[in-house]
Amino acid sequence: MRLNKEEQAMLSGDFGPAIKWAIEHQLQVGRMFDAEDMVPVSQAHMMADPESLGEAGVAFTEKLAETDIKVRIPMITDPRGIDLNYYEPLGQTENMANLERRFIAACKNMGITMTNTCINYQTIMPPVFGEHVAFGDTGVVIYSNSVCGARSNFEGGPSALAAGLTGRTPRYGLHLDNKRIPTKRFRIMEQPQDLMDWGVLGAAIGRMAGSYWEVPIIDEVEKTPTSDQLKHFGAAMASYGSVPLFHLVGVTPESQNVEDVDDTDLEIINVDREAISDLKKPFTAVGEHVDVVVFAAPQLSIIEMAELADICNGRHRSDATDVIVCTSAQVYGDAVSMGYVDKIETFGGRVLVGTCFYQQYAREIGEANGWKRLLSNSAKIVNILGGYGYQPSLASMEACIESAEKGRIVS
Amino acid sequence: MKKELKCHIGIGPKVEGVALVAHDNFSARYDLDRIKGVFSRPQHQLFGKSYKDVILVLNTAKGGVATAWMLYEMASRKIAPKAILFNKANTILAQGAALAEMAMVDRFEDGDVTTLIKSGDHIMVRPAEGKVIFLD
Repeated sequence: MRLNKEEQAMLSGDFGPAIKWAIEHQLQVGRMFDAEDMVPVSQAHMMADPESLGEAGVAFTEKLAETDIKVRIPMITDPRGIDLNYYEPLGQTENMANLERRFIAACKNMGITMTNTCINYQTIMPPVFGEHVAFGDTGVVIYSNSVCGARSNFEGGPSALAAGLTGRTPRYGLHLDNKRIPTKRFRIMEQPQDLMDWGVLGAAIGRMAGSYWEVPIIDEVEKTPTSDQLKHFGAAMASYGSVPLFHLVGVTPESQNVEDVDDTDLEIINVDREAISDLKKPFTAVGEHVDVVVFAAPQLSIIEMAELADICNGRHRSDATDVIVCTSAQVYGDAVSMGYVDKIETFGGRVLVGTCFYQQYAREIGEANGWKRLLSNSAKIVNILGGYGYQPSLASMEACIESAEKGRIVS
Repeated sequence: MKKELKCHIGIGPKVEGVALVAHDNFSARYDLDRIKGVFSRPQHQLFGKSYKDVILVLNTAKGGVATAWMLYEMASRKIAPKAILFNKANTILAQGAALAEMAMVDRFEDGDVTTLIKSGDHIMVRPAEGKVIFLD
């Protein structure tokens, strides 16, 4: 890879051991994906929950922080694994909380802003068209690439940290124009209605796309979706297919005209009722008791909090069913002042701040609370949690609340 | 049978070991019980099998960025695969391999690596050269 003088100095250790580690890490990855040089990035976003980090990852980060290095660009964080104001009742241990505290301290020492959110594109500073960034969290990346027209690969925690320290990332994948060209064409045959539908549609397309290196272009959407609908659509597509970019004709900025898709000569893959049913089938368990209802993955926006509060108002959950809601600190303040949190918690739900359910020791909290059958309106979270010992099911937000009220899955 | 497979240059050290193969995708968060060192997702073709010290041969990655930290954490406890071979890796897997100093290669010239290598094959992976060598 071609390095400029500053990058060569980084590699030589002139900027200290942390920067040397960072650029060496980036060069290894860049070579594997045939990067020719580095590209400056304006923001970084790091996923790093304590379950993923473990003792080793926390110690690694502390060691970098001990060198008194600071990040060179604005750098923010994905949800934490522990809500430090509410962890013992979930069955999380002091050891888990201490790992979290140590990691937060190390990040702050490096100048990282602890936003703890996977919806930064709705709440912090959305990237703009053409902006090169180094974002983690697949949902953040696919939304930023597709809806905002920004340019990011999936940057795992170590690589996002490296980008924060060097202010650049290897120029490969979605930083290149020719990697953003559609490779598979999908036609929507069943128009999605609610958030769950959008998630299921994204999941179906992601599964059919099947690779990080495929770029779906999708047409025949009848109504312009909202930010929340695209959030669930993209998050599920990324989850099922490892897909980091989609083009939705007439909606997303790199595919504004129907000619964009007609000119591709790509075979049309219909996403029909059967494809949607196949996707939902493993997550259908009508009549079964439900242990926990979860609204997360991604964290809820203020609009979702309002909708959820409205559905919960005047009702109460079954004693047999817990309800967990995950949102960001940026949304939480408004949700409190608007009375949304009060309505959700009067229903018997618990609103966690700055976490996401699957990132907070899902296996351990499931075992501690006896949670097995889980219900959610997030197609992403039901895809993840099977490996953590849960029996996940899908339903709309309304049906999730009705199920929590009755203690059984209603639809 | 071929004695050697060519692939794209990869990441990590030269290693040898026994292959565990499935035409399935991979995420450390979605698919593994990392404490027990086994595949824990019931739908995965390797469900119940140990991944410790084997050379995993799989199709591609699935969603999620956590694997980048998790490979490092797994390697620190020495409950990790020796190497992972893919038809197509994604960025997260490569980044995780780089941090964990784990061997990883992909893009094989002769086609689908999950059919070119069988479970139980004794192989050597040379990431810097872009080669996998059959030892038996």
